[in-house]
Amino acid sequence: MNDARRLAVALAVLASALVAIALAALFVGSAGLSPAAVARALTGRAEPASVEAIVTLSLRLPRVAVAMLAGAALAVAGVGFQALTRNPLAEPSVLGVSSGAAFGVVLAQIMGFETGLVAALGIAVFAFAGALLAAGVVYLVSTAPGGLAVQTLLLAGVIVGIFFSAAITVIISVVDFNRLSGVIHWLLGNLSPIPASSLGLFAALAATGVWLILTSARELNLLALGEESARQLGVDAERLKRRVFLASALLTGTVVAFTGPIGFVGLIVPHVLRALVGQDNRLLVPTSAVAGATFLLAADTLARNVVAPAELSVGVITAFCGAPFFVWVLRARSRPA
Amino acid sequence: MTAERSHSASSAGHPRTAPSADGPGAIVSHSASSAGHPRTAPSADGPGAMVEFADVAFAYARPADRRARAFEFPGLSFTIEPGEVFGVIGPNSAGKTSLLRLLTRVLSPQRGEIRLGGRAIGALRPWELARDVAVVPQEAPRPFPFTVEQLVLMGRYPHGPRRFFEDAADVAAARAAMLATETLALATLPLDRLSGGERQRALLARALAQEPRLLVLDEPTAHLDLRYQAETAALLRRLNRERGMTILLVSHDLNLAAELCDRLLLLRAGEIARVGAPGEVLEQGLLEEVFGCAVTVDKSASGRPVVQLAYERG
Repeated sequence: MNDARRLAVALAVLASALVAIALAALFVGSAGLSPAAVARALTGRAEPASVEAIVTLSLRLPRVAVAMLAGAALAVAGVGFQALTRNPLAEPSVLGVSSGAAFGVVLAQIMGFETGLVAALGIAVFAFAGALLAAGVVYLVSTAPGGLAVQTLLLAGVIVGIFFSAAITVIISVVDFNRLSGVIHWLLGNLSPIPASSLGLFAALAATGVWLILTSARELNLLALGEESARQLGVDAERLKRRVFLASALLTGTVVAFTGPIGFVGLIVPHVLRALVGQDNRLLVPTSAVAGATFLLAADTLARNVVAPAELSVGVITAFCGAPFFVWVLRARSRPA
Repeated sequence: MTAERSHSASSAGHPRTAPSADGPGAIVSHSASSAGHPRTAPSADGPGAMVEFADVAFAYARPADRRARAFEFPGLSFTIEPGEVFGVIGPNSAGKTSLLRLLTRVLSPQRGEIRLGGRAIGALRPWELARDVAVVPQEAPRPFPFTVEQLVLMGRYPHGPRRFFEDAADVAAARAAMLATETLALATLPLDRLSGGERQRALLARALAQEPRLLVLDEPTAHLDLRYQAETAALLRRLNRERGMTILLVSHDLNLAAELCDRLLLLRAGEIARVGAPGEVLEQGLLEEVFGCAVTVDKSASGRPVVQLAYERG
């Protein structure tokens, strides 16, 4: 009950930050609209064909939604993989799962899925399959006899990531480049407005993944004690692991399908929140969802404004933040206990 | 340990009646009062065995998998009676931990059946089993530093697996468990800031929060200094006497097992070498044969056997 109140307070604080950043993201941009014009468009008082209406409602608003969905999904996927592997450094891109999903997407694109809701679904399915494949390989490699050492898992993730990146390069080299025009840009992790129907699909898939992990949060706390202890405390560990494994891969695959592989969100956000709300996954999962949305939205707003009128990929920003962060966490953890 | 035991052995003829202050002596003097009345296992006319292993056979699927030693139970049968303190002892890789894992369904037997209060444990849901059987592991792995209170509350999971947050009854049970193990003052500390002994007591508190009928302890005093060994032993004895909790102790420490347990089961390579009262099991000849080294067996102040390595002979 005490925990429920803490959760409510943390969510309220994070949600206000999210609203503030979302407003900022709607009001700034390379089009140079005045705040009054944006406000007019948002309240529906602008002409549908006016510049401010098109920029605000068809470009900025969907992009804000995509950033929030992707950030929430990636942060929760990070918590899921961390609980599953009992390793606070685990994360979709570090584990190579994002690369697997990206391979799936590239494969889907050469098979002709391009635009429309069915194509979006097809790409998402391929991305999910790629994420499952990569996560499965990492899991098998790192659970080989000798246990699940922190470094083994990370190494396995790096290797799997390299393998799938190489596979993507092969496809790009072999296939007619024109058919993959956007691939390079997309591979850096790139948020762009997507049609409303696809946005709905994205939201539904992300919500499913988050819900599966959120409703497993209490069991995940017990899994942190080790699989044997979790079972002895009454957790159906096999079922729990399958569920969270599928959900984390689904979240990763979905984000990669709709935005490209954006790294390190699942590392940075949960890590900061662990310091603020503690290790309880029941607090960590919902707060990570909101904080992840906030973080990626802020990063994307930065990405499209620092070098305006050109744009950086948001994946560049998260990598610039995430890589040093990763090294810092790894060093802090490697110190003898 | 050795000094303490030899001290108590030397005073065997003069059982002290008044309990001494805290400290190692407490166990010995406390149990001295019951020296003349070693409790025996309740007879068969009770509600039936708490735990029954009926011809349980088990072998690891891949012998090279774990410790590179092929190991199996060819067919294990024994019972633990309600209210009993039962010890499982034996050399390394005799099967002590595997027995514990079979009982808690981490491993499944290939033949035979394990029953808890008459019900086959294979038919129970995981949380149903965890309501009746709580395990105190040797040491919890700790990648994520949960607080003591969070750890203890995890023991409430089997009582409400559908709840997202624990309810008031869960919190009360956790507090009672922390009170009993003197961990209440540590409640808000993260586990990685505790000493080995404090962590062990927090794990014991978690098990008590499960409110089990059978408490299983895997090497309960491995990380404890003498004083906490004594206090843990006293706490276990109190739980057994006052709450009627059945206790299964898996230990390397023959003397702790001898002091606490009503009956001992001595394992040798997956088979029962002997089951019985400590005095019947801890015999010099049998121990030397099973452990493969020379020992001497004395009597403690409580009349229990005290086993010591015979470091030099002749």
